[in-house]
Amino acid sequence: MSLNLTPNIADPDGFYDELLAAHQGLSKSESDALNARLVLVLANHVGDREVLREALEAARDE
Amino acid sequence: MVDVRYDIAFQLYPYEKVPAQDQPAQRHPVVVVGGGPIGMAAALDLGRKGTPVLVLDDHAGVGQGSRAICFSKRTLEIAERLGTGQAMADKGVVWNVGKVFHGPDKVFEFNLLPEAGHRFPAFINLQQPYFEKFIVDEIRVAQSQGAPIEIRGQNAVTGVERHTDHVVLTVDTPDGPYRVEADWLIACDGARSPIRDMMGLTFDGRVFEDNFLIADVKMTAEFPTERWFWFEPPFKGAGQSALLHKQPDDIWRIDFQLGWDIDRKAELDPVKIRARVDAMLETQTGQAPEYELEWTSIYTFQCRRMERFRHGRVLFAGDAAHQVSPFGARGANSGIQDTDNLAWKLDLVIRGLAPESLLDTYSAERVHGADENILNSSRATDFLTPKSEISKVFRNAVLGLARKHAFARPLVNSGRLSVPCVYDDMPLNGPDAQDGPERTRVGAPCADAPLDQGFLLDRLPGRFTVLAINTPAPEVTEVDGIPVGKLELSTARHDPTGAVAERYLGGQDSAVYLIRPDQHVAARWQSCDADTLRSALGTAIGKGAEA
Repeated sequence: MSLNLTPNIADPDGFYDELLAAHQGLSKSESDALNARLVLVLANHVGDREVLREALEAARDE
Repeated sequence: MVDVRYDIAFQLYPYEKVPAQDQPAQRHPVVVVGGGPIGMAAALDLGRKGTPVLVLDDHAGVGQGSRAICFSKRTLEIAERLGTGQAMADKGVVWNVGKVFHGPDKVFEFNLLPEAGHRFPAFINLQQPYFEKFIVDEIRVAQSQGAPIEIRGQNAVTGVERHTDHVVLTVDTPDGPYRVEADWLIACDGARSPIRDMMGLTFDGRVFEDNFLIADVKMTAEFPTERWFWFEPPFKGAGQSALLHKQPDDIWRIDFQLGWDIDRKAELDPVKIRARVDAMLETQTGQAPEYELEWTSIYTFQCRRMERFRHGRVLFAGDAAHQVSPFGARGANSGIQDTDNLAWKLDLVIRGLAPESLLDTYSAERVHGADENILNSSRATDFLTPKSEISKVFRNAVLGLARKHAFARPLVNSGRLSVPCVYDDMPLNGPDAQDGPERTRVGAPCADAPLDQGFLLDRLPGRFTVLAINTPAPEVTEVDGIPVGKLELSTARHDPTGAVAERYLGGQDSAVYLIRPDQHVAARWQSCDADTLRSALGTAIGKGAEA
């Protein structure tokens, strides 16, 4: 398996809304903490170290 | 003059003048400098093999202070091979449960759930002075049985002269200096190794800017025998992390991480220490119980190692060769693995049975071990002391998630407890042709297992041994003068719990293991003939390249 960088989220606008809503009313540090937890939860779901490495690479390569 | 750097817990080898001090320098096959646990274990191991060893220590006994308190199963197994593991285990405190707190809340608890079928527990807690004393006691037993070991207390090495085939030491004593010659020198003189400095060798690595306060307190109040660790402890003045851990004799080790910019002298004021300890204990017991301060100390640490552990006729072991943070109990435990690795090799080289290059594999294998320990210990330290704002955000995110979700608990790192090093892909390794369990692969230390009588490791007593399971061992009793022991087991008769089959056969019907004197696996096959075995033994003593 390799990292999926093609569109894969159904209803992208809806997801984006939910992502922002989760941060609604949070301070900068609370938001940072939420993001960190989210990264960890998603990373565990992926699990595959190679895919995670590719994801880190993709995220770094803005 | 011999400086006194620390107080003595057990005076075991007071200074006695020896005739050699008034004579021309005498040559010794092996001189060990430093009578800490590593130096003494090296002396005991070599002496038990019949190789004469002289130990020079600049004090008269074992220093005070609990220092290393957590000894691993592998260390006890090595100590038992040397005759003293059971004494240590009997005195030590066995613990299995650990609790991790973040602020006032418990994040989770774990149980080491030690695997059954081993003589020794996964870990014991034992103050280092006891550990050292048990080894010296065993040296006294070995001496009475004829082992050629000599200990000279208050003999401080002040000069090292290196020659191609020996080393000359200048040794200071209360009666003035004298000289000692050594064919081989083992430097076990600690993290600040004077020998290393005198030889101008580097010791590079990473400095961690932090101070840790240790308070050993004696209290008889009932506390569970568990390891409690706090991230961002809720009690006043505790610092960034805190640890509570039990030792024998009703002693509790309490550690506080104080940060970098502190006034060491002020922090060591007993009044200030008691205020911290009171605050910690009160969170657990309401009111702090009666206790006495046994020993206090502030330490900083580095993670570093020498580039190589052999420099001609000088071999470095223990903290002199490598230094790690205390998280994970990888200091003393890895030092003992150094001597376990070194003693048999040096013994064979001194007897002319193996090439000198065998000692370079000591460096290669133990550098590999040191790197593993430094990696683990640095990672734990980075988790404990986040070095940036975002690393702290992630650290606290892990702790937050770990309360609810099992997935995050393996990410919590308050020290990965020492496991024995596996010498993967090392030059002494022979064929791994058994398709057997990974844990007993070539390079790994043998896993213990109960036999019909006693334990398996009791039968692997410090020499090369062929372990043949459900198949005959090849008829080999020695190879080029090196004795080879034989242990033939049948799982039907000698394996009451099935542990031998599980740990050594995997799914196969039979196995032949060639096991090194340090109980690491040198090679394994489903069956093997005498020539194959001889060839693997040649490889295991560094003759592989010549064959």
